[in-house]
Amino acid sequence: MNAHLHLARLTGAASLQDGGRRGYLRFGLSASGPMDPLAFAAANRLVGNAPDAAALELGLAGASLRAEGGAARLALAGATSGLRLDGEPAAAHRSFILREGSELRIERPREGVFAYLAVSGGFAARSVMGSRALHQRAALGGLDGRLLREGDRLPLAASTTGEAEHGLDPIPLEPAAPIRVVLGPQDDHFPQAGLATFLGQTFTVSNRADRMGYQLDGPEIAHGPGGFNIISDATVAGSVQVPGSGRPIILLADRQTTGGYPKIATVISADFRRIAQRRPGETVRFAAVDLATATRLAREEAARIAALSSRLKPVEGEAERLMAANLAGAAVDALRAED
Amino acid sequence: MTHDAPRLLPCGDTAFTIEFGKRIDAHLSARVLALDAVLAARALPGLLETVPTYRSLTVHLDPLRADPAELGRAVLALAGEPLAAVPSTRLWRIPVVYGGEFGIDLEAVAAHHGLAPGTLIERHSAPEYRVAMIGFLPGYAYLEGLDPGLALSRRPSPRPLTPAGTISIGGAQALVASIAAPSGWHLLGRTPEKTFVPERDPVFLLRPGDRVRFVPTPAARWDALAAAAEAGELVAELCEG
Repeated sequence: MNAHLHLARLTGAASLQDGGRRGYLRFGLSASGPMDPLAFAAANRLVGNAPDAAALELGLAGASLRAEGGAARLALAGATSGLRLDGEPAAAHRSFILREGSELRIERPREGVFAYLAVSGGFAARSVMGSRALHQRAALGGLDGRLLREGDRLPLAASTTGEAEHGLDPIPLEPAAPIRVVLGPQDDHFPQAGLATFLGQTFTVSNRADRMGYQLDGPEIAHGPGGFNIISDATVAGSVQVPGSGRPIILLADRQTTGGYPKIATVISADFRRIAQRRPGETVRFAAVDLATATRLAREEAARIAALSSRLKPVEGEAERLMAANLAGAAVDALRAED
Repeated sequence: MTHDAPRLLPCGDTAFTIEFGKRIDAHLSARVLALDAVLAARALPGLLETVPTYRSLTVHLDPLRADPAELGRAVLALAGEPLAAVPSTRLWRIPVVYGGEFGIDLEAVAAHHGLAPGTLIERHSAPEYRVAMIGFLPGYAYLEGLDPGLALSRRPSPRPLTPAGTISIGGAQALVASIAAPSGWHLLGRTPEKTFVPERDPVFLLRPGDRVRFVPTPAARWDALAAAAEAGELVAELCEG
């Protein structure tokens, strides 16, 4: 049997995601892809992958995985708390080798929501409509068009050899930072009092939160005389809808592509991961920025993702341990020369 | 005729919407589809995808390759020019089995409008519709062209699951549902045609701008048509030109 990771235990939601499925918005299909694009790219870069290779997304999840049929070079990034390799504590935000037969235990995160487990060479799921990303509601992509479950075997696209190991500084989750928005497209649908509530009050992420969207609890945002129905128009990633309840819903990676509730604002693309990493019960405050600022921040965020490769740091790993044991000095020198 | 001036509405740094109006109306829909065609022909740098709806066009963009404000102004200027209506060259004749288990609301809708069920079927299948938008769920085709005398607001409470292929109406809209989903609309019939098949090329049968006619089909033919569709055959008829 080819090398795979056996998902022996899973609590919480897990799916395969890649850079997303583009080009089908006009047919009613949103892109999917990672809820935290920076952490997802970091996990991939740590194992030498392209930043959009297929990786495992864990949402408030704990898991145990065993390497079967071969070794795997792995890295975990994003909302992480604790890792154990065959029972020994291990670190996130660095690459490591999971030997054949060894077990990786990932604890449920105590902060944030989404963690990404990337494997060198990526996972070998079938590409559907140009992507391996799961879109759960459309039952597309991922492993057989569904969330992962205990007992699944995740096939690896490539076998692993002994590359150098790398680390990255963890990405701060910033659970208290305001979520920046650009007002519109239907901000003129709301009276001044509704806008003041939206920008001045504190909301809480409710339990009705998934990859489609997060419904917020908190004060009611007043609608204008036009009420809470519009003739449906398109939504975008980060649209803030205000339905009849007056409590906003932030639309996310697997959102519906059109909707009939007015959208008071749009979360800027650079803060998409910040709202996605906010857990049920955590607070959300919004701050309006202008479009020029949002665009500048989008470019800075893209530069941050592009710079991940150059910020990888060699870490003490297998090679160093071998050298310490004075067994493989020459091999280590050769690895060093590649850095 | 005079038009409202189109408006540019920001949707964050990755999209904007050109709003032509706030009604469901054949003229607005035609202008949306015309702008969509103009943009498809221009290949503006940084423009990624467009989403036509009944009354607006949303443009998705890459903020690394285009300035959202500049691109928005450029597209707004195009929207303000006289837009030649795009002739749709594709007409789909879609078989529909009306009423009974296939359209459980047919009799109630007919009664509401004071029509015999057969008359409702005639009036629902008489017009040539146009696909104004596809959205909400993958492949859900919202049509423009419903007989205004058949319009009916949604049911007070939605049904938890309605089948794939459902042909329904809600307000002034007519719908071809691609997959099973909850719905608060009135179910008039069902088509055995599959409008969304991920493994097929094309994945989505209907495109925005396509014309659609419903062909009333006897319930006795359902099994054969459904079996053919299941085997990968097209049971809707495509008429080009």
